[in-house]
Amino acid sequence: MTLQNSISNDEATKSYAARFVRGLRGMWDKLSQEPLGLFGFAIVLLLIICAVFAPWIAPYNPAVQNLAEALRPPSAAHWAGTDEFGRDIFSRLIYGARITILTVSAVSLIVGPLGLIIGIVSGFAGGRIDSVLMRFTDIVLSFPSLILALAFAAALGAGLETAIVAISLTSWPAIARLARAETLIVRNTDYVSAARLYGASPSRLLFLYIAPMCVPSIVVRLTLNMAGIILTAASLGFLGLGAQPPAPEWGAMISSGRKFMLDNWWVAVMPGIAILMTSLAFNLVGDTLRDILDPRHVRS
Amino acid sequence: MKEFTLLEIIRRLGQLLISLFVLLIVTFTIGRVLPTDPVGAIVGELADPAAYTAMRQKLGLDLPIYEQFFIYLNSLLHGDLGVAVLTGNAVTKDLAQAFPATLELATLAVIISTVLGVPLGMIAAFFRDTWIDKVARVISLVGHSIPVFWFGVVGLVIFYAGLSWVGGPGRVDTYLEGLVEPRTGLLLIDSLLVGDTETFWNAASHIILPACILAYSAMAYITRMTRSFTLEQLNQDYVIAARAKGASSLQILTGHLLPNIAVQLVTVLAISYGTLLEGAVVTEIVFSWPGIGQYMTNALMIGDMNAILAGTLIIGFIFMILNFISDLAYLLLDPRTREVTP
Repeated sequence: MTLQNSISNDEATKSYAARFVRGLRGMWDKLSQEPLGLFGFAIVLLLIICAVFAPWIAPYNPAVQNLAEALRPPSAAHWAGTDEFGRDIFSRLIYGARITILTVSAVSLIVGPLGLIIGIVSGFAGGRIDSVLMRFTDIVLSFPSLILALAFAAALGAGLETAIVAISLTSWPAIARLARAETLIVRNTDYVSAARLYGASPSRLLFLYIAPMCVPSIVVRLTLNMAGIILTAASLGFLGLGAQPPAPEWGAMISSGRKFMLDNWWVAVMPGIAILMTSLAFNLVGDTLRDILDPRHVRS
Repeated sequence: MKEFTLLEIIRRLGQLLISLFVLLIVTFTIGRVLPTDPVGAIVGELADPAAYTAMRQKLGLDLPIYEQFFIYLNSLLHGDLGVAVLTGNAVTKDLAQAFPATLELATLAVIISTVLGVPLGMIAAFFRDTWIDKVARVISLVGHSIPVFWFGVVGLVIFYAGLSWVGGPGRVDTYLEGLVEPRTGLLLIDSLLVGDTETFWNAASHIILPACILAYSAMAYITRMTRSFTLEQLNQDYVIAARAKGASSLQILTGHLLPNIAVQLVTVLAISYGTLLEGAVVTEIVFSWPGIGQYMTNALMIGDMNAILAGTLIIGFIFMILNFISDLAYLLLDPRTREVTP
């Protein structure tokens, strides 16, 4: 970089931008041939919009009780009906998207970098460090994640933060293994050897030359993980260990709606549909991203 | 070559022991090094300080942490996991009572998911990219995405409350409860052993819905894996040879492909079994199933760490054993994983 003057730097930026746009267009072309993937992207986008603009989208306040309107079936006024306190379920689902998005992004932001660092250090260092780190990774991988999350949440006290920490603690190993596998491929390539020859330090090699190469596959893996994270978070919520009432957490909504299931099915069914659609969407997006981004993965 | 395999088994056994040790450290950490107050939970918040200190000493909480761990380990090796606050029984006794119910549910679920998932995966691969394959893909995608506890609630409402096709929550109807003397603890087998067909059919009608619902999520995984294993094999020479020889599709699938993917399937099934035991925890709550999941959740409500940790330990232990068995199966059954020694 130091050798380049500002003009060529500018040109480089321009050509990067052009390449980026071309890349995006190429992705869009591939994406438009995958109707299911497109559907997944649309749902995820919708979810994010709901989470960000919840106060403007939701027709009612999600926390205000109106006992006169309790347990009303779905209608034009209440699209998904009302719950036992007369709260509009549709509005609660929209606000609940915030909790879901928050959980998923928080876990991914913890697990992604953590798994990446453990994986590349392990793959790059090799030898004893590698075998110790990977042994530890395998051990955590063989833990029953929901049960362990449950024990963590029980010990630390129920709440959204605990749920996020508990889920993160058990979901980094898959990322670490992937990052290690990628590092093993990348570390012997010519450009890394070249960088090493002109004196790049190990940490520079790791974070500037190797880590970026691992990012695409890790992003794909994280997206696929998100479906699982949503289900685990909802399970913890269902057990009363996630976000606490009156927060409109989808799993907790099913848990409280269960009591009215026989006469008022919508109270428990609606949040379940929300969880199912969201988790399905992340699965579809993950599958599609893998097909598009990873040329080595032949679609099977 | 024999020696090599034996050495490998010993090495894996060592790894298993290390894993179990780490699991112990983790459960110990969760139980001891955390903000909840185990002494307060037993003596109550308003207990007088002398009683508090006495209980603290009785629990060994005044000792240094490594000594506490040693004591924990020692009592564990003597089969003592502490007393459950909820029942007043030894946790091990409670777990021994609850475990068969979970085992029965998970085992039936693994049978159902295998019987349905393996053929579906093979057929999907065989008819790749046709509508059959697409249907199989959608089935497994939904299975990957559905929240089990919600599916259980919906299933109960439709098949129990609505159609009355199956028995409701619990292992049997209340009027039959406790009539069969538990021998194995597996109600389906116990009732057959004493020839009580009424209890057997009643229990069967109760277990079928939770087992099917639990099986569905595992089936999604099994189908997906079977499909990709089969696809790898389909273009192999031996399949083409079999076809040239005039073998029918069914013969190729069952006689040639199945044996070749069997070893990989064992691994998948072992993992599924573990996942099912875990999934049983949430399913049990929906179906009031008196297993480990129900027990742990009840313990959760009152913050009974002894019971929670013991449950975690048991399920973690089984999980690791299953992993170990699947590794071993790979090593012993698949000649391709053996290295030829010169």
